[in-house]
Amino acid sequence: MKLLYFSWIRERVGMNEEVVDLDDNIKTVSDLMSWLKSRGDGFEAVFEHPQIIRVALDQEHVDDLETSLEHTKEVALFPPMTGG
Amino acid sequence: MDQIVPDVRIQAEDFDVNEEIRKLTEGRGDVGAVVTFSGLCRDEGSTLSALELEHYPGMAEAEIKRIASDAIQRFGLLGMTAIHRYGKIAPGDNIVLVIATSPHRQASFDGANYLMDFLKTRAPFWKKEHMATGEAGDWVDAKDVDDQAMERWKSS
Repeated sequence: MKLLYFSWIRERVGMNEEVVDLDDNIKTVSDLMSWLKSRGDGFEAVFEHPQIIRVALDQEHVDDLETSLEHTKEVALFPPMTGG
Repeated sequence: MDQIVPDVRIQAEDFDVNEEIRKLTEGRGDVGAVVTFSGLCRDEGSTLSALELEHYPGMAEAEIKRIASDAIQRFGLLGMTAIHRYGKIAPGDNIVLVIATSPHRQASFDGANYLMDFLKTRAPFWKKEHMATGEAGDWVDAKDVDDQAMERWKSS
């Protein structure tokens, strides 16, 4: 699965994107966030407050953190948007 | 009736408002109203030298297309163009353009307004400030007022 990071989340985790091989017990967006938080350094600070992070699965917003990751190829994690 | 497809572009380069209006109106007699909105970079009291716009390629275009298609359907628009720039943008320069066309004015006003309200909170762009002093700036915080502007369309 490909993970993409944007804005200050990208800066704090120190990368734009990465490919990860997730354990079978990581089934939902919420599970993914908990795992990311456990990776230490910048990740721990970023994912301390998962409610402020926005998530898109295969380029579509998801509002429910219990959404399944099944069949998802690309997960993007970013702060609230400030375009326009 | 054929489905009206919005013209959505995400680009680094500037746009020409008159040229974009012409594309939506030339050679047709059914358009009675054109509303354009341009969003420009502010210098926030001369404190900023630029804004840097980061975006999520692919999703930025897909999300604005989804919003524009909703607007066309909801307000019965005849056409819609949305152009959003990325990269470093100086104060006074264009960031975003929205054009809505319709037979009568209200649909175009509402369509352009709706698109901007959803774009602000749903299109994956992030602004970083570059300070006039040369110091590193911060990422711009999202505003509650933008969320409220989007929410009001849900009840009407």
